[in-house]
Amino acid sequence: MTTATDIEVVDLAVTPLRELNQRLHDAKNDGPKSWKIVNPNGAHALAVGIDAELDVLIEGHTGYYTAGMNKHANVTIDGNAGVGVGENIMSGTIRITGNASQACAATGRGGLVVVDGDAAARCGISMKGVEIVVKGDIGHMSAFMAQSGTLVVCGDAGDALGDSIYETHIYVRGSVKGLGADCIEKELKDFHREELGRLLEVSGADAKVDEFKRYGSARQLYTFNIDNAGAY
Amino acid sequence: MTDFDPTGPSGTNWHPGLKESYIFDRNTIHEIRRAASQGIYDIRGFGAKRKLPHFDDLLFLGASMSRYPLEGYRERCSTDVVLGTRFAKKPIHLKIPVTIAGMSFGALSGPAKEALGRGATMAGTSTTTGDGGMTEEERGHSEILVYQLLPSRYGMNPDDLRRADAIEVVVGQGAKPGGGGMLLGQKISDRVAEMRNLPKGIDQRSACRHPDWTGPDDLEIKIQEIREITDWEKPIYIKIGASRPYYDTQLAVKSGADVIVLDGMQGGTAATQDVFIEHVGLPTLACIRQAVTALQEMGMHREVQLIVSGGIRNGADAAKALALGADAVSVGVAAMIALGDNDPAYADEYAKIGSAAGFYDDWHEGKDPTGISTQDPELAARFDPEQGGRRLNNYLKTITLEIQTLARAAGKSNIHNLEPEDLVALTIESAAMAQVPLAGTDWIPGQSRDGF
Repeated sequence: MTTATDIEVVDLAVTPLRELNQRLHDAKNDGPKSWKIVNPNGAHALAVGIDAELDVLIEGHTGYYTAGMNKHANVTIDGNAGVGVGENIMSGTIRITGNASQACAATGRGGLVVVDGDAAARCGISMKGVEIVVKGDIGHMSAFMAQSGTLVVCGDAGDALGDSIYETHIYVRGSVKGLGADCIEKELKDFHREELGRLLEVSGADAKVDEFKRYGSARQLYTFNIDNAGAY
Repeated sequence: MTDFDPTGPSGTNWHPGLKESYIFDRNTIHEIRRAASQGIYDIRGFGAKRKLPHFDDLLFLGASMSRYPLEGYRERCSTDVVLGTRFAKKPIHLKIPVTIAGMSFGALSGPAKEALGRGATMAGTSTTTGDGGMTEEERGHSEILVYQLLPSRYGMNPDDLRRADAIEVVVGQGAKPGGGGMLLGQKISDRVAEMRNLPKGIDQRSACRHPDWTGPDDLEIKIQEIREITDWEKPIYIKIGASRPYYDTQLAVKSGADVIVLDGMQGGTAATQDVFIEHVGLPTLACIRQAVTALQEMGMHREVQLIVSGGIRNGADAAKALALGADAVSVGVAAMIALGDNDPAYADEYAKIGSAAGFYDDWHEGKDPTGISTQDPELAARFDPEQGGRRLNNYLKTITLEIQTLARAAGKSNIHNLEPEDLVALTIESAAMAQVPLAGTDWIPGQSRDGF
């Protein structure tokens, strides 16, 4: 029997992915609370669907959808993550020490995702409440149709940022190559300064609130209007 | 006899000599005038209303000298179907080969969703969520519930994935293959807004592409993720709008589908541009054989089950789809009508909103007098979910009896033994699409007669 202080080490070079994920799911009821996964070798769907307060360290690069739909767990990927890391995250924290591929934290509903490096295109696409901090740059079409939550970018943002955005808060420290439809620069109010400051602190980002600009919805496309057809 | 006939086609001033243009008929002229007035395309619900080749263009041959029928009320004709035998640990067992198609809470009222669950459960079949998440009403009243994973991901969460009985990845919809959706602001109540994480009262767009995968190679990995999250228990469906059914079916199989839902262009929608509904996609009749051929060539027919939807109205339609190779059919518009949609009892109220019973398709406006396609609490309260559930059950049982009647007449002890050989076509077009002989001939357009 394991105790709460034991670290369960799983070598994916010898343990099937299915077995690992099943054990992580079963840990909701009983089992180790701290896990270290070695030799992920770009595996897809790794550590997905966890629903427990676990600490999971993945040593190496991962494939698609790592920690997808995570609830409660704190997952660290010590490497780069493939497409859709933390997709539809519900709660907990996911940290990527390297870079994240496309659709990082797509449709995320809660929790925190921190990317120490860069995030590729469509970061935070359709996000619904998750908080995302990218210490480097983000690619084009990020926060497309973003509904709620917060996206912090310490580097530069690619083209069409926040296209068709709803109520997500976006903060960018560097340059923005282009804003998408209905996304505009907005005033950084006290509430936003507090929110941004908190996220910079919890993510360990070396940046100051005053260095950022805020972007959000102009709310001009919220109701279809034929006079706006050219903007869609 | 006078030269004025007040009973002429719909206009009281018609008389011989007034010749209506075939291409600029009154509906066309009305639409041009409406467009000129409003400056926006027409959005509506329902499905394609134009005349298309359909199941009515096929006939069953029945038994005769060389085929032995089964006794109608004595000999067994099985109707059950198992879905998800390819990979799922827990396949779905349906008592009848007719399922309820995905319709969202948001498009439909809570009581209407409850009624769909009640009726489907009484009949021994499944119902399906829609773009808006899973409600307690439908989960609580649906013994078998299919949970849709849509591009918008409204309401998506792992808890509902786990309490679903199957998961349907929606790639497309027959009414609008290649299109997304729009739930107009007037239907966004507090509850709908909360489920979708969006402000109340604004138009809610549903994306046409999934946010985290972009092709069949990605989809294969996405399905792997869903299977891992749900411990490989649930059957995974892929729903495609009929446009390139041969290739799409093969790609869906390659992507790891347990079940393919193929939705023809007569399939219903809650709110889509009329131009999209009427001018994009393939008629349901035209896509079944292509999908079945794709499955057969891969050795996957009956291993990956095929559900066909889009304009299924009765047991004859369903039996013909089964004979062409489907494992089950799905109903959406017909299920709404069974619940009470377009009920003539509300004729006066339909007239007040500029429509008529039998024609009403403005489901997106939220003014449905029957309380079915609305979020208005007063209208929704008119609808009795228990009675609606009973009506749906009656309808589903009638369809099933009709399928059995036709199957027994063809000598089949299991509805899945129906086959193309049992069918003939009334038109050259339907013969070509369904790949069955033109009635009274041995001619299947596109096929050589060698071998007959």
